[in-house]
Amino acid sequence: MKILTGNDLKTGAVIWWTGVGWSLNVNDSTDVGEHGAAIIAREEGAQNVFAAYVVDGVKTDEGVRPSHIKERIRALGPTVRPDLTLKPSDPEAVNWVI
Amino acid sequence: MYKYDEYDQQMVDTRVAEFRDQVRRRIAGDLTEDQFKPLRLQNGLYLQLHAYMLRVAVPYGTLNSTQMTLLGDIADKYDRGYGHFTTRQNIQYNWIKLEDTPDILAELATVEMHAIQTSGNCIRNISSDQFAGAAEDEILDPRPYAELLRQWSSFHPEFLVLPRKFKIAVIASETDRAAMRLHDIGIKMVKNDAGEIGAQFYAGGGMGRTPMIAPLIREFVPIHQLITYAEACLRVYNRYGRRDNKYKARIKILVHELGRDEYVRQVEEEFAHLLTQPIEPPLAELERIKAHFVDPAFDAAASDELDLTDPDFRLWVERNTTPHKQPGYIIATVSLKPVGGIPGDATADQIRLMAKLAKDHSFDELRVTHAQNIVFPHVRKSDLYTVWKALDEAGLGTANLDTVGDIIACPGLDYCSLANARSIPVAQKISERFGSARKQAEIGELKLKISGCINACGHHHAGHIGILGVDKKGLENYQLLFGGSEGADTSLARIIGPGFTEDGVVDAIEKATQVYLANKQGEERFLDTYRRIGMEPFKEAIYG
Ligand code: HEM
Ligand code: SF4
Repeated sequence: MKILTGNDLKTGAVIWWTGVGWSLNVNDSTDVGEHGAAIIAREEGAQNVFAAYVVDGVKTDEGVRPSHIKERIRALGPTVRPDLTLKPSDPEAVNWVI
Repeated sequence: MYKYDEYDQQMVDTRVAEFRDQVRRRIAGDLTEDQFKPLRLQNGLYLQLHAYMLRVAVPYGTLNSTQMTLLGDIADKYDRGYGHFTTRQNIQYNWIKLEDTPDILAELATVEMHAIQTSGNCIRNISSDQFAGAAEDEILDPRPYAELLRQWSSFHPEFLVLPRKFKIAVIASETDRAAMRLHDIGIKMVKNDAGEIGAQFYAGGGMGRTPMIAPLIREFVPIHQLITYAEACLRVYNRYGRRDNKYKARIKILVHELGRDEYVRQVEEEFAHLLTQPIEPPLAELERIKAHFVDPAFDAAASDELDLTDPDFRLWVERNTTPHKQPGYIIATVSLKPVGGIPGDATADQIRLMAKLAKDHSFDELRVTHAQNIVFPHVRKSDLYTVWKALDEAGLGTANLDTVGDIIACPGLDYCSLANARSIPVAQKISERFGSARKQAEIGELKLKISGCINACGHHHAGHIGILGVDKKGLENYQLLFGGSEGADTSLARIIGPGFTEDGVVDAIEKATQVYLANKQGEERFLDTYRRIGMEPFKEAIYG
């Protein structure tokens, strides 16, 4: 599947396109198919996101995961600081990435 | 320490006000990201893997306690409670919000700090010897000259859009502690036979994808021509540096392609021309600057004795301190590399504690080192135990300077959007594998440096052992390099063979240290043994 990511303008936070808006959680991602470029143009124009781009993703039992490790780390947070990731209470969160 | 004059302060304040307006316009939608990006980069604000990242300049690595305290406060107030000290003696914050940035820069300006020229194709923050003004072996204090160069290079209109970024290091002692010859320009302050002060220039060094050691380009530039000569070096580069290809745009490529002699010829020609134009600042300016760098009020009667009965303290003193030029005083380096820790990271509380200790025990001064550690340059020997106790309680007392645990690591794939592989977990695993500082000390000096990609921010080319993260079909893979060094015996490390997984590289390094210990003669360091016996015995043990 194709998923869309970018950053929130004011905070810089990594965000994911849900189909109707943007979420901090990659699990909320939706498959944008061929429409990535059009959504990016519209959403960047409306200042809802910046530096947006399309990445490959897969649907797993635990939710949507980007295919490439770089994007998985982007989605989770730094693997060396589990306390600062999306799942701060889960010390095993790193395994989610690798 | 240098104190801003009204011009310095006004320039920085004006820039903050300008950027505040630019941020306002960006948030209001009047500037697109394409328009805004160069503006934010000029103010040190990057976009990294997870968020905006702010890089704050620490000129020649020198800080006072007020500045250091504020760095800690910023980490708490605007970031997530920590900062990352870098190999260029700067500090980076990883979780900065755009809307907060003008306020952060305004706070920094109140303590004479900024993030200007920490990005982009301009002359970056000038780095120097972390022991400047304290080292026993120094010819003179390099910082006034670094400061003069800072003033010359700040907002220099001709050099704000160079072919590529430009990094200068200034040292003034026989021992090079700043990797001077791996900079675009390396300057060593010297005295000639007549006792006059001058500058020895090296040009065209660098790391990145094409590492090069800078050749000597002039033995002696008289001190009253320092800026003019630097200007000539930059002009020739600015004119002929390869703007057509980003990967060939650094001065090292120009010097390499022209050849050292031809580059020198052109610089001399430009220099002769520039000497006819009065561009050199008056020597009075240098004298004004120098007055800010006089020695602190050392106590001539301070005792030179150290009580080393506590064995842990003794180990730390042996590893982490350096003789001071003033009897009764000592230079202490705080390792930001606890076993299993993240190299170069410090919490807000740790940053403030170091500030307080510097205020109470080091004449208010701290330094950041290119090995991502912090220095107290002037500690009275009789205070040293107190200082170490306080550090140790805060997790800052690790006695592993320059050992296998004192690893330089770039942010890598945990934070950096250019990375191919993670650097930090590799550093953590290695330091855990070698265990306690005491065990690390048995292996002695071993400089290990890790970069998460070919850009070499982690100096892997200059590591006795270097590690380079690469992307192997979507998986993290690590190349191992041996034999690099910075300083007087600068050499570039060479790849030993096929790459490894994360665990594989840790095993390989352990095997390499076993080969070293088995072959070591006398007082040889890892690097010396490697240079004597060559790569083969290591390859045999590692690849079998
Ligand atoms: C996280 C954001 C960073 C980015 C985007 C970045 C980018 C780069 C790039 C593109 C180069 C190669 C330049 C060239 O060869 O022309 C480079 C080199 C370098 N960077 Fe970084 N870097 C980052 C962080 C750091 C950090 C954290 C440090 C210090 C630990 C650092 C220190 C250096 C050094 C020492 C070099 C090699 C020296 C040279 O310029 O030849 N950088 N960086
Ligand atoms: S070496 Fe590469 S991965 Fe490491 S900080 Fe520099 S650009 Fe990023």
